[in-house]
Amino acid sequence: MTPTLIGRIQTRLFLLLVIGLPWTILVTPLLPRHLGVGTLGGLYATTLTAWFLVGLLGCCIWEPLYHLGQQFRWEKDWPILFGLLTSIPEALVLWSALPAYDTSPASGWTFCFHFFSTWIVMWLFAIGPIKIFLIRYRFRGGRIL
Amino acid sequence: MDAQQSIIVRSSDLAAPIPDPDRPAPGDLNQELLGTSLWTDDALARAQIPVFDVPLVTVGGGIGSFVLVDLLRIAGVPTNQIRTLTNLDVPWQTYEYLTRVSQIPRTERLRSDATGMPDNIWGFPSYALLEAAKEKTIAPLFNVLVEPIFTDYWTPRAGTAFAAIEREARRVGYFDTLAKGQVRMVRRRHGGGYYTILTPPPGATPTRRIAYRSRFVHIAVGYPGLRFLPDLQEYRQRYQDWTHVVNAYEPHEQVYEELKRRPCVVMVRGGGIVASRVLQRLMEDRWNHRAPTTIVHLFRTFISGTQDRGGPFWRRKGGDGWAYQGFNWPKGAWGGQLKESFEKLEGEDRANLYKKLGGTHTPKRKLWQQQMGRARAEGWYHTVHGTVEQVGRNEQRQVVSRVKLANGSMQDIVADFVIDATGLEGDLRDHRILADLLDHSGAGRNPMGRLDVERSFEIRGTRCEPGGRLYASGSMTLGGYYAGVDSFLGLQYAGLQIVDDLAAQGFCPRIGAQRSMSQWWRWVRNRPV
Repeated sequence: MTPTLIGRIQTRLFLLLVIGLPWTILVTPLLPRHLGVGTLGGLYATTLTAWFLVGLLGCCIWEPLYHLGQQFRWEKDWPILFGLLTSIPEALVLWSALPAYDTSPASGWTFCFHFFSTWIVMWLFAIGPIKIFLIRYRFRGGRIL
Repeated sequence: MDAQQSIIVRSSDLAAPIPDPDRPAPGDLNQELLGTSLWTDDALARAQIPVFDVPLVTVGGGIGSFVLVDLLRIAGVPTNQIRTLTNLDVPWQTYEYLTRVSQIPRTERLRSDATGMPDNIWGFPSYALLEAAKEKTIAPLFNVLVEPIFTDYWTPRAGTAFAAIEREARRVGYFDTLAKGQVRMVRRRHGGGYYTILTPPPGATPTRRIAYRSRFVHIAVGYPGLRFLPDLQEYRQRYQDWTHVVNAYEPHEQVYEELKRRPCVVMVRGGGIVASRVLQRLMEDRWNHRAPTTIVHLFRTFISGTQDRGGPFWRRKGGDGWAYQGFNWPKGAWGGQLKESFEKLEGEDRANLYKKLGGTHTPKRKLWQQQMGRARAEGWYHTVHGTVEQVGRNEQRQVVSRVKLANGSMQDIVADFVIDATGLEGDLRDHRILADLLDHSGAGRNPMGRLDVERSFEIRGTRCEPGGRLYASGSMTLGGYYAGVDSFLGLQYAGLQIVDDLAAQGFCPRIGAQRSMSQWWRWVRNRPV
């Protein structure tokens, strides 16, 4: 991938909206319900908050940080492995920012399954099929608009 | 350097040459046409040159023309609206010739990204994905996942690209657009549009020339020519010796054959990918065919470590003489922040960015590193840092290069063969069509001395109102707002820009999301557009 900063932000928001949101709505009922998020409504509130925060923290903190990191690369690119591995620090920060989850392993599994499955689906879409719909995407540094 | 010092590897040498007529014939160019920049319909009629009308003509018939035709077809333009003027039989002909002689046969891998697919504007599924599916292995996918951090860039085999282009050319009816012959010139037409003069194969038409009258013309004639190092050219002319001093882009198989027969010293000049390829061939021949060759590798610029090219953000890896880079530009130049930088810069500033990112380089491939390491350890691969002052011949008829070393001292290096892998590109004027554009059609040069094009790849200054637009894509446009022009992906980008510009003028629909999706699905199923 060869993103620009604005392209990164647009891509993130686009992926969250087109892939992340439907995916979250689909998988939330399949997640185990327990503790603070015992009801389906409570679980939706939590997964949708997570979804929202991935967008907010991503645009305000993560993407500018990645963009800075990219400056140290001669190629001014962002290898697709980075797109996968950056999920780990983002997950850690998000986990600590979500009050509804407690520290039990069950909470951890619920969070991890939702977060990483959403991430991987978005990532897979971004490294390939997105270009079927947006023929100019790869020449525009990830800009959608 | 004059035009005679260029090696011509243009399409005219690859296909049967179609010479200019040597005596007056019906329907030929006359003094009136040759001397006029703006042609009238009457002037063509007076010269008795038959005129064919077609809205768009693409000149070249190589991969640049093919990619544009592919995109136009995908956008919905019928084949009868397009003529591809060429003396090539297939779009990959020149490219395959150049890759083969520079040691990339069909089974070897190119220096091209997995998604740079001339046959697939979407770049999905990539060549890596297709190879994984075909050969039932996840190795290419794993490679793409961890490149370039843990492994070399995955690149497709040359044969994969050629076969894919063939499939796509048949699918979109590319061959229906061909008109065979040699293009002589493109001139502006009084009343709008252009005339393109074609010299058809002898006997194919009653007249010596035919003319295409079109609103749009696209020029994609590839390299204007390849230049030979002046000192080597001088040697070849002085001693009339064309066998011991060769260019890597000429057929030079006889050198490798000779090396298998007797112990020789070969001097390789250049620090780019072609030098890497030539070294690989020489080294493998030594190991596999017991060719007792000693290699002297001459670097004019010797890179001993990471290069600082403008502060902490601009550091390129290097070592053992080479600068290392995966592709011919940093990746961000094709579609990322470097592309945006180029787009914004004008004149000197743009030239400076080209300079900062340019220079000669080669990919740091594990295989090549291992081979060079082993050859060095075995003591028959030597690198030299210096500039050649003169090339001559000794009594044993060996080639003697007088080299000024980096420390200032002089050294004579004796070699049985010299392979020039510097790959200097010729001047625009080396190509007759481009020279004619400069002289008659208002085309100019960009800050790098190549053909000056707009962001839309329209050749600046050549517009012929009402409605006429002249475009160019490929290596001749290097120095413009887009750096990666000499690559599969760059040709696709140029094609897309041109098709978008044509759409803005109402020639074809703009390829939107819906058209893109439905056409991609047709591509997948190999159905006609």
